[in-house]
Amino acid sequence: MAAKRDLARLITGIENGEPAALRTLRAQYALTGHAHVVGVTGAPGSGKSTLIAALTRLARRRGRTVAIISVDPSSPFSGGALLGDRIRMRDLFEDPGVFIRSMANRGAPGGIARATADVVSAIDAAGYELIFVETIGAGQSEVEIARLADTVVVVEAPGMGDDVQAIKAGILEIADILVVNKADREGAERTLSALQAALEISAPLAAGHHGPAAPTSVATATTTAERWQVPVLKTVATEDVGVADLLDAVERHRHFLGDGRARAAQRMEQEVLRRLRDLVWQQVAQHISDARLRALAEACASRQLHPDEAAATLLREVFSPASADSQP
Amino acid sequence: MAQAPEATRPLRILIAKPGLDGHDRGAKVIARALRDAGMEVIYTGLRQTPEMIAAAAVQEDVDAVGLSILSGAHNTLLPRVVALLREYGLGDVPVFAGGIIPEEDIPGLKAAGIAAVFGPGTPLSEIVQFIRDHTPPRHR
Repeated sequence: MAAKRDLARLITGIENGEPAALRTLRAQYALTGHAHVVGVTGAPGSGKSTLIAALTRLARRRGRTVAIISVDPSSPFSGGALLGDRIRMRDLFEDPGVFIRSMANRGAPGGIARATADVVSAIDAAGYELIFVETIGAGQSEVEIARLADTVVVVEAPGMGDDVQAIKAGILEIADILVVNKADREGAERTLSALQAALEISAPLAAGHHGPAAPTSVATATTTAERWQVPVLKTVATEDVGVADLLDAVERHRHFLGDGRARAAQRMEQEVLRRLRDLVWQQVAQHISDARLRALAEACASRQLHPDEAAATLLREVFSPASADSQP
Repeated sequence: MAQAPEATRPLRILIAKPGLDGHDRGAKVIARALRDAGMEVIYTGLRQTPEMIAAAAVQEDVDAVGLSILSGAHNTLLPRVVALLREYGLGDVPVFAGGIIPEEDIPGLKAAGIAAVFGPGTPLSEIVQFIRDHTPPRHR
């Protein structure tokens, strides 16, 4: 219990951007990279939490240790959050080989929190073998998970509005495995065939792994002949139907990825750039005074200045503070 | 500037229902009120054992634990949660309770380490304020 407590406290520190936690994270970074990170995304109500709970039970029977990070939205009004995914995982709370953490997204776009990648890192360093990351499930633009996870599982359920919302939302492109959950419901076959049809259309683009059509030569140098065939599986998570096939597919995908150092480097490029953007913004933002921003905003409001010009002015002033006196 | 990423620190609160109660309206009302006060509320649902509650409190690293109970089993279940939290090294995490708890049981519960008991009709703002006043400063 002490190990879990320490990990839990480290995670809180990471979420809050505490310097000590970030130092620990960096110090143990060399220990990471061993966990299999599985992203689970899909519309609210498709059964992501229940499915993850079922997968976790089975993975435990197969001898794996499992961590679950469930991300839910923060209220844009209060900044608070109601995190309720544990309700569907109650039998797992006391399993010594399971660690569950609920996470508020704290306003970050893309279906996970800004700190989720670092939290995954901390859990990885703690030695958990399989890490499920459950996204908010807005059903679209959840592309951040593709950057973070080794394997992305996209969950659909029959009868949820249009035939397949995911096709429109562009979420198919990030799927390594597609699941029609609640497959005992009416319309499951139709959802299944719609997904299969959509996959056939986009198949030439889906090169091996999620992400915008990676150059195959880099991504899968050793398996150029082989492409990952995105399986479309049916599950009824509440009845444990199809769960073994799904976990098999998850494990097969990991095997397919192999060592994956080239691919990891490719993903890291994105990660480094993301952090560079954050860093640049932080550096810039701390040099912008509220008063100066207000003055330029008022000029924009009275249509004397275009917002583009205002932004460019601020940037110029940050990089050459001497010119800050010359008004636009 | 205000938008610069800064170390923010919302309070994390576990709201749980120990025992065999059949409904959780009250717990959900509290959970929403705390969310609206800017807290991150982990809600674990009905029929939790003290062991489940303490395990969740550890993994979620919460600042306080709120227990809602209607079944009458408060005198056994609530002290057990406090004892487990202490055993797991969370002795400084305050535990508060709500629901249906007879007046005469409150002194015993407080002696067992329950920080506060809020009866039906307690203004939500009072509970929010209590949490803000009683969560310990972080020890790291």
